[in-house]
Amino acid sequence: MKTENQRAWFFVLPVLFLVAFNALVPMMTVVNYSVQETFGNNQFFWQGLDWFEQILRSDRFQAALGRQFLFTGIILAIEVPLGIIIALSMPRKGFWVPVCLVLMALPMLIPWNVVGAMWNIFALPKIGMLGYFMNDVLGVNYDMTQDPLAAWITIIVMDVWHWTSLVVLLCYAGLVSIPDAYYQAAKIDGASAWSVFRYIQLPKMKTVLTIAILLRFMDSFNIYTEPFVLTGGGPGNSTTLLSIDLVKIALGQFDLGPAAAMSLIYFAITLLVSWVFYVVMTKDDQ
Amino acid sequence: MIELQDVTKRVGNVVHIKPTSLKLAKGHFNVLLGATGSGKTSLIKLMAGLDPMASGRILLNGEDVTRLNTQKRQISLVHQFFVNYPHMTVFDNIASPLRVAGMTRSEIQGRVEDAADILQLRPMLNRRPQELSGGQQQRTALARAIAKDSKAVFLDEPLANLDYKLREELREQLPELFAGRGAVVVYATSEPEEALMLGGETALMHDGSVTQFGPTSEIYRRPNNLMAAHVFSDPPINTAPVTKQGNEAQLENGARWSLEGAPAALSDGHYTVAIRPHRVLPVRQSDNDVELKGPVLVTELSGSDSSAHFRLGEVDWVSLSLGVHPYNVGQEHSFFMDPSHCRYFGEDGKWVA
Amino acid sequence: MAEIKLSNLKHSYFPAPKGPDDFALKEIDVTWRDGGAYALLGPSGCGKSTLLNIISGLLTPSEGRVLFGDQDVTELEPDKRNIAQVFQFPVIYDTMTVRQNLAFPLKNRGVDEATIARRVAEIAEMLDVTEMLDTRAAGLSPDNKQKISMGRGLVRDDVNVVMFDEPLTVIDPHLKWKLRSKLKELHQRIAVTMIYVTHDQTEALTFADEVVVMQDGVVVQIGTPVELFERPQHTFVGHFIGSPGMNILPCEARGDHASFAGHSVNLEGPVQGAGGSTELGIRPEYVSVADQGVPATVTKVSDVGRHFVIDAMVGETRLKVVSEHSAPEQGSAVHLAFRPDQTRVYRDGWIATEARS
Repeated sequence: MKTENQRAWFFVLPVLFLVAFNALVPMMTVVNYSVQETFGNNQFFWQGLDWFEQILRSDRFQAALGRQFLFTGIILAIEVPLGIIIALSMPRKGFWVPVCLVLMALPMLIPWNVVGAMWNIFALPKIGMLGYFMNDVLGVNYDMTQDPLAAWITIIVMDVWHWTSLVVLLCYAGLVSIPDAYYQAAKIDGASAWSVFRYIQLPKMKTVLTIAILLRFMDSFNIYTEPFVLTGGGPGNSTTLLSIDLVKIALGQFDLGPAAAMSLIYFAITLLVSWVFYVVMTKDDQ
Repeated sequence: MIELQDVTKRVGNVVHIKPTSLKLAKGHFNVLLGATGSGKTSLIKLMAGLDPMASGRILLNGEDVTRLNTQKRQISLVHQFFVNYPHMTVFDNIASPLRVAGMTRSEIQGRVEDAADILQLRPMLNRRPQELSGGQQQRTALARAIAKDSKAVFLDEPLANLDYKLREELREQLPELFAGRGAVVVYATSEPEEALMLGGETALMHDGSVTQFGPTSEIYRRPNNLMAAHVFSDPPINTAPVTKQGNEAQLENGARWSLEGAPAALSDGHYTVAIRPHRVLPVRQSDNDVELKGPVLVTELSGSDSSAHFRLGEVDWVSLSLGVHPYNVGQEHSFFMDPSHCRYFGEDGKWVA
Repeated sequence: MAEIKLSNLKHSYFPAPKGPDDFALKEIDVTWRDGGAYALLGPSGCGKSTLLNIISGLLTPSEGRVLFGDQDVTELEPDKRNIAQVFQFPVIYDTMTVRQNLAFPLKNRGVDEATIARRVAEIAEMLDVTEMLDTRAAGLSPDNKQKISMGRGLVRDDVNVVMFDEPLTVIDPHLKWKLRSKLKELHQRIAVTMIYVTHDQTEALTFADEVVVMQDGVVVQIGTPVELFERPQHTFVGHFIGSPGMNILPCEARGDHASFAGHSVNLEGPVQGAGGSTELGIRPEYVSVADQGVPATVTKVSDVGRHFVIDAMVGETRLKVVSEHSAPEQGSAVHLAFRPDQTRVYRDGWIATEARS
C-alpha cells in the first residue's frame, strides 16, 4: 500500500489528543475510583467489585433507575409522535417555511439551566404565571414543590417544550427530501392519507427518525440540569433521576467509590440500550 | 498521453477496477463505453486523482502522477450533473480556474470570451447558473474545461441529462471544440450511439475491466467477445446458438447456410452466431441470403425505420430496416440475413471468426 | 375506458397572466381515441409535462375542459379519474414486496382478494417479474423498479388511460430497448389508451401510433410517425424528428422549382402563397452523392455503424447526407442529388408545397 498518504494521521492527531483528555483520561480515573475505597490523603484500598454489587442491590439506585426509565419512556412516547405530527403539518414550500423553522429552533437555543429557571419561575404557585393561572383562575390545586405528580408533569412538559423541536426538524428534513412523484403516484393509486404516511413518509423518515430517537433517548436518559434547577429532585426524592442521584452521592456525600461505580453502570445502560435500539432499527437495511 | 499501468482499485475487499493498462492519446476522443456500474466513473476518478489506487501507476504526458494531488495534475472534469458555482455569474464560473492559476485580468477576459464564443454563451455571461436552461448550464461547465489549459479533460457522461436533440447537437460540436487543444480527452458514456458519433478510440468496459480497446469503428465491427458485442450495440445484437458441421452452419430452428473463408475453417461443434439487427431485413437482398421465418411479436415504426421482433425457435430476433414495412403482429414473416455479416463466438464467448 | 378530449385548453402558472408569454400551454385541442398509443414529444419547457399533469388531474387548467368520454373531469381529483401514471424516476413502495406493490392500487379500491391475486399474477407474467414477486421491491435494479411502477398502472382493469412521463430516463441504453419493446408488447396485448411523454424522438416514434409534437406551449403537428418523418408540416418538426434532423436550407421558390445556392432543384409540387422567407427542407436520407447535381465539398464523414453521416458544404450552407453503404473521402468535391418527391419548401416555417398525388 505504498500509494496511501500517511499524512492523514497527522490531521487526526489533535482530535485524538482532545478525545483522550476529554473522555479517556477521566473515564480511566472513574474506573480507578470504582474499584477502590479512599478516605482522603491519597490513600486507596482495593475493593474489587464491591461497589458495583452494593449499588446494584441498593433500593435507592433501583428507584432512581426506575424513575429514569419512566421519565425517558414518557417523553419519548410524547415527543416522537408529536414531533412527527408537527413535521407533517408544516408547510413544504413558501413564505412560512423559514418562519416555522426559526420558531421550531428557538427553544433549543436556550441554555439548559435557563430553561430550568424559566420553568421554575413560570410554574411556582402565586409567583409564576402558570402557577397562578392553575391555582387562582382554574382552581386546580397545582404545586410542584409539594405534589410529586405536579412536579413530574412540569418536568415532562418542560422537556417536551424544550426538545420536541429536535424531532420535528429531523423529521421535516426527511419529509422534504421525498420527491413529489411519490405523492402523485400515491394519489393516483388511490392511497389514503394513512397509507401515504405508512408506506411513503414513514419509510423515508426512518433513518432520520432513528437518529432522532437515539439522540432523544441519550439526552433524556442523561438529563440533569433542567430538572435539577426546576425541582432539585423533589419533592422528597420523587423527581430524583439517576444523574441527580449520582451528583448527590459524588458531591453531596463525597462517596467517590460508589459514585464511580454508579457512573459506569449508568454509562453501560445508556450504551446498551442505544446499541440494541440501533441494531434493531437498522437490521432491515442489510 | 495518459498511460495506465496495471491500475487497480479496491474498496475494502470489493474490487472496483481489475488490473487495467491503457494508453489514451491526444488528438481524438477516448471513449469509455459500458453500462452503469461497469467502472467508467471509477476509472476516471483514478485518472483524476480523486480516489486512491490500490496498485499501479499513472503517467500523464510521460510524468508519473500517481502520487500527485488532483489540484496539481492540471486536469478538468465535467460531470453528468451540471456543476457550477451558483453564486457566481457565468463569466466568473468560467474564469474561476484561470484566477486560481494566477492569470492576468486581460488574459482571463480573452480566454473566457473565446470559450463563451465557441459554446455560444456570450449573451449569458452576466447571468447566474440557475437562470439558465440545463443545456446552457452544461455548456458553462464545458466552457470552464475548455478555457483552462488542461493536460487532460475528463467528461463523465456530460450529455446524459440533456434533451435528446440538444445531446445530438453537442455531441457533434464536442470533437470540434477540443480539437487542437493539446489535451487528452476522455469521455465516458453508456450509449453506443454516442461512442460511434464521437469516433476516436473506444475502450469497452465491463465489470471493472477494459475488455477491448481500439479505433471505435473497428471495435464496433470486430468485437473480440460476446460481451463486447452486447455492450457495443444499439439496438441489441441478435445472438443464437449455431451448430457447425463441415461447410454448413445450422440454427436450432433448422435454418442453414454454407460457410466460406474463416468460419468454414472452424472445427465442427457448437458456437454462438451474432448479427446486428440492421443486417436482418424483411426483403431478400441477394441469392446468398438465408431465410429466417417466425411469428412477429412486436413491431415499432419510427418513420425512418421499421423494426420487428420475431421468434425463431427459442430465441427472439430483431430486424431493423430503413423505410416503412407493414407487419402483422402474431403472423409469420420471412426475414433475410446475409451470412457474410455473421460473427461467430466460441462457447467461452471469445470471437472465433 | 373512453375517448379523451382536450378542448380549448390553456394554462398559466401565473395567477393573472398578462400576455401569451405567460402561458405554459397556449391553446390545445386534441382528441385521443380509446385504446390508442400516443406520444407527446417536445423539448424541455414545451409544456408537455404541464399537459400531462392536467390530464392526470394533478393540475387544474386555467381555461378549457378535459373530457373522458362524456364525463367532464376538469375539476376531478386524480384518484377519481381512473388513470395511472408512471414517473421519470421509478416510484415504488420500499417496504413492500413486489407482490404488495402490484396489489396496492387494487387494495386501496377494495377489490376482493381473489381478483387481486389473479390480476397480480397476470401482470407479473406479462412483465416477466413472476419470480421476484416475493422479494422486497427496494432492492431491485432501476429497470425492474420501473417495470413494477408500470405494473401498478396496468394492474387495474378500469383505467381510462396510462400515462408515462419520460419513463426510460434512468434506464441503461441496452435495457431501454428491451423495456420499450415490452411496453409496446403490453399495449398490443391489453389495448388500453397510453400517453407517453418524452423529449426523445426515437422513444416517441417507436412507441406511438400517433405523436403530438409540441413547442412553446403549442401543438405544432399531430401525426403518425411516418407522416411526421415523411412530411413535416413545420421546419421545427423536420428538425426535431429524425437523427440527424431535416436539412433546412435558404432558397428562392418559383413554381415547382426552388433555387438553392444558385442551383435549380425540383420540388414535390408547386409552391403555394407568396411573401415571407422561404426555406428548402429535405431529409439527409433523401440526399445522395451522385454524378451530377448540386456541387458540394465533403467536410466530415462519420461512421455511425449502420450508415455514414456525411457533412457537406454547398457554398456557405452546411448540410447532411446519410449514406447507407459508402462515403466519399473527407475534403473531396462531390455532387448531391435531392429526391424530388421528398424536397419541399417552407414559408415562414410552415410547409408551402403541395404534393402531387
